[in-house]
Amino acid sequence: MVGSPARRAIWAYAGAAPFVVFALFPFAWMLITSVKKDAELYDLAQNPFLIRTGITWDHYRFLFEQTAFPLWLRNSVLVAVSSTAASVVLALLAAYALARMRFRYAEGVSTFIFVVYLMPTTLLFLPLARLVSLLHLANTLWSLIVTYPAFMVPFITWMLAAYLAAIPKDLEESALVDGCTRLGALRRIVLPLARPGIITATLFGFTLAWSEFIYALTFISTTNLKTVTAGVVVDLIRGDVFYWGSLMAGALTASLPVVVLFSLFLDHYVSGLTAGAVKG
Amino acid sequence: MQSAEGVSRASRLPRYRVRWNGEPMVAWAFLAPALLLLVLLAVYPLGYALYLSMTTAQIGVPGRFVGAANFIRLARTEIFSLTLWNTVWYTAVAVFAKLVLGLTLALVLAQRVPGMKWIRGAVLVPWVAPIALSVLAWTWMFDSTYSVFNWVLMRLHLVAAPVAWLGVPALARFAVVLVNVWAGLPFFGITFLAGLVTIPRELYEAATVDGVGALGQFRRLTLPLLRPVLATVVLFSVVMTSSDFATIFVLTRGGPMNTTQVLATLAYRLGLATGDLGTGAAISLYLFPILIAVTAIQARLMRRSWQW
Repeated sequence: MVGSPARRAIWAYAGAAPFVVFALFPFAWMLITSVKKDAELYDLAQNPFLIRTGITWDHYRFLFEQTAFPLWLRNSVLVAVSSTAASVVLALLAAYALARMRFRYAEGVSTFIFVVYLMPTTLLFLPLARLVSLLHLANTLWSLIVTYPAFMVPFITWMLAAYLAAIPKDLEESALVDGCTRLGALRRIVLPLARPGIITATLFGFTLAWSEFIYALTFISTTNLKTVTAGVVVDLIRGDVFYWGSLMAGALTASLPVVVLFSLFLDHYVSGLTAGAVKG
Repeated sequence: MQSAEGVSRASRLPRYRVRWNGEPMVAWAFLAPALLLLVLLAVYPLGYALYLSMTTAQIGVPGRFVGAANFIRLARTEIFSLTLWNTVWYTAVAVFAKLVLGLTLALVLAQRVPGMKWIRGAVLVPWVAPIALSVLAWTWMFDSTYSVFNWVLMRLHLVAAPVAWLGVPALARFAVVLVNVWAGLPFFGITFLAGLVTIPRELYEAATVDGVGALGQFRRLTLPLLRPVLATVVLFSVVMTSSDFATIFVLTRGGPMNTTQVLATLAYRLGLATGDLGTGAAISLYLFPILIAVTAIQARLMRRSWQW
């Protein structure tokens, strides 16, 4: 088992290779499909792994010029940014109370937040659809901005409370002794110290909101108001005709923002992922 | 006399003592916005789902109270028992596959070789990308005419004619599980990895000195020490997998002939596409017992490592 470093490395790479191929192949396939000409795409005699007749940007052009795709991207940005911002603020306050303050029912509150965190969106989408229309929010981006925090706040609270609990209390306590209020201590002392944790929480919140599907599918029916997940899946398919080139172009383009964020903040993601589960 | 003494002592205490006394109020003030939101958007809808499930409500029509009739009627229909069975099967097989493959992945990722950070990043991509969109790529890869898998299999002369991956019940069931495993594996692998690196290396060194082989070390050291992490991840995954919607909605819409229909997709179909809110709510509520059971087990597991 224990060989020379070189042999160990070869074994490690050989072991990792199937997992890497398995993980990345669908994305490579999106890319290949999205730049291939239709004639070649639907030619069964051709080797589908190759692009023989050259790269085309037609599928992307179609997507950006003939469909509501740019609007969907904009809607997704609006919804993800505002629901994440609101969730991080609410969750930070709650997490600070849970991590630092002593009060009755603290454990009950933690358990409650944990249970809501486990509650799947598929359990709630029907009553929420009704609630959303009672509030006259149906078919508006507000329906998503308001409901997304319901699954983001518990998760971010959980994550931040664990993070805050690990920060030493001394600085804060001396600030409180000096007459600083709790809110002041949170803003001036805890916020700077917790910045890495808050960045991680924000990234996760954004990723969750960007990927959300069932609420977006249920609450919004107007094409131009859809977010990118629901828009690409539902509105790019007309009847039984699948435009695979532009579908894959759309799937790839819409995955890029979160994948780029992820590669820029890889360490944040890995540490956050191990702090709490979101999907799996 | 005692109480008077207490009061006078309190008045001599430094200023911050007073602040601590008002703390519960501040704590509730900090918690209030989040709790209010969760009550309005999670507790209330859950109660509302319970109410809807006991009525004949249609979209736009209030309906009347029928008690448990929806649940009982559902349990007798063939499509529902098939769906329930599919959900159990889907969850069991997918979670088990993710557990086994996730452990393997974690052992691979734990190797200290150059570039492992990037390998870890690469295997995490399916977890980051929006699932509804990546499943679209799988739908294309399983296409009845243009499937890339068919091309490879035919080239290797393993099959004579194109395989209808999403058109044959057994294959469609395999496909939805495969895609769920693909999307969920990164989370399993990385979380197990985090558990692995906390096991002290000295234990392995001691085991090696005692002549315990690699397999023995895995069975008698790694697995027992990893058990809390394994349990937590499996429990989470049971909730997430049994309530999965996007994978199946995008890949098969529950077909062929409802053989991949799960609770969430059936609830969507009956509750929204057909407009039968009462029945739809009743179907999704069948997920609730799973949630309760998992929460109870998880709460017991966590009590030991409760941090706050």
